[in-house]
Amino acid sequence: MSKMKALVCRECGKEYPTKAIHVCEMCFGPLEVKYNYDEIKKSVSRKKIEEGPRSMWRYADLLPVEGPTFLGPHAGFTPLVRAKNLGAFLGLDELYIKNDTVNHPTLSFKDRVVAVALTRARELGFETVACASTGNLANSVAAHAASAGMRCYVFIPGDLEAAKVLGNLIYKPNVVEIEGNYDDVNRLCSEIAGEHGWAFVNINIRPYYAEGSKTLAFETVEQLGWRTPDQVVIPMASGSLLTKIWKGLHEMKALGLVDEVRTRVNGAQAEGCSPISTAFKSGRDFFKPVKPKTIAKSLAIGNPADGYYALKATAESRGAMDMVSDEEVVEGIKLLAQTEGIFAETAGGVTIGVLRKLVKQGTIKKSDVTVAYITGNGLKTQEAVIDAVGRPVRIQPSLVAFEKTFKMGKNGGGDA
Amino acid sequence: MSNMRFHIRFPEEKIKEPVIYQIGKEYQVVTNVRRADVRETTGWMDLELTGETAEIERAVEGLRKKGVVVDPIELNVVE
Repeated sequence: MSKMKALVCRECGKEYPTKAIHVCEMCFGPLEVKYNYDEIKKSVSRKKIEEGPRSMWRYADLLPVEGPTFLGPHAGFTPLVRAKNLGAFLGLDELYIKNDTVNHPTLSFKDRVVAVALTRARELGFETVACASTGNLANSVAAHAASAGMRCYVFIPGDLEAAKVLGNLIYKPNVVEIEGNYDDVNRLCSEIAGEHGWAFVNINIRPYYAEGSKTLAFETVEQLGWRTPDQVVIPMASGSLLTKIWKGLHEMKALGLVDEVRTRVNGAQAEGCSPISTAFKSGRDFFKPVKPKTIAKSLAIGNPADGYYALKATAESRGAMDMVSDEEVVEGIKLLAQTEGIFAETAGGVTIGVLRKLVKQGTIKKSDVTVAYITGNGLKTQEAVIDAVGRPVRIQPSLVAFEKTFKMGKNGGGDA
Repeated sequence: MSNMRFHIRFPEEKIKEPVIYQIGKEYQVVTNVRRADVRETTGWMDLELTGETAEIERAVEGLRKKGVVVDPIELNVVE
């Protein structure tokens, strides 16, 4: 019996075969993968996982692919860093950073979801993959497609910055710039996905694609010594990452890999695009779409597909949500870099900024085992901090000038 | 004939207007509401439009002109 039972509508519960479909024909609700947990339980164990590859594929039993061949073989199993310095600064006894700034091959957590999406796409017989993206997703799809020898189309808005376009072109996909605003690009991509027999990773392959995010929960639990954290802080764009981390934690319990899920899931957004956090703080179970205006562009989704489900998961876990200003995002990036040596993209600044707020509010307590998810590398968004990191100290090429500048004595020197 | 699926949102001042009825009268499209949540100050519908592609596009434009926000059923797909 297959470990995948069906695709199931998240709204009405109607089941469908595990093909490339994403919307319920009855109620138009989104579909997700339903598993045969009883079947999986027979084969999965802590020991088997620990003996698996040092990648996210050690959890292949819990992912919606048949295998045994996987695309993106190096994605996942990124470090869980014990953040003693940042923890001390914030007043937390046991803080960890899940560091996806070093995820392979394109240095963001998207490599997890794309590896699952392309593996499943190939299993379903697709040879062309596509996505609509302004950044990390496009990089990851283009890189994975190049490596897998699949045809690739990347759709981008016509006004995307040159550096981001280059990050896609280097892998030689078909990069299609669409004239028009974000809404125009969004609408056209949805229509193209409906018309062409392609694997559009975040549209018709989305039920599989989204499951890749669960590996962040699995790895966290294993790396903590098979225990669930008390608190997690997760950046939210579509809201999918948060809902899948919550799902992943519960799957581990369902399969007997952990005894309990005691985790509170907390969501983080930037003030300039915070439809989900705003709804949560207003006590609403629905969000109002917004026009994004923030430096945290990888989180700038104004009408998030999983916003409702993220609100639900956070409420179920008795977690919280909050948002931070662009200034606090930059401060968060700097704080993480200067305490832990990890350079995060703007989404990481959002996570650290909200973590800081939640600790200050007393929502996260000193003794809570806390994990902050850092989902992308700072080299991708250097423009966000370029005016906030100071300048190098400039000196004449002489030892005297150097020692004078740094007030050098016999026993070492100080800062300039 | 095509079927296209949309998620539409009503601003507060449009909630009481029979927008779906009007679209069905003004354009050669069949309207089919599959899911909806209409409250005092906010409302949305998941809507299927059936008709010639060009006529569906005109109907969508008509919805927009009436002040209704029209998105793909998937909401935002550009990540």
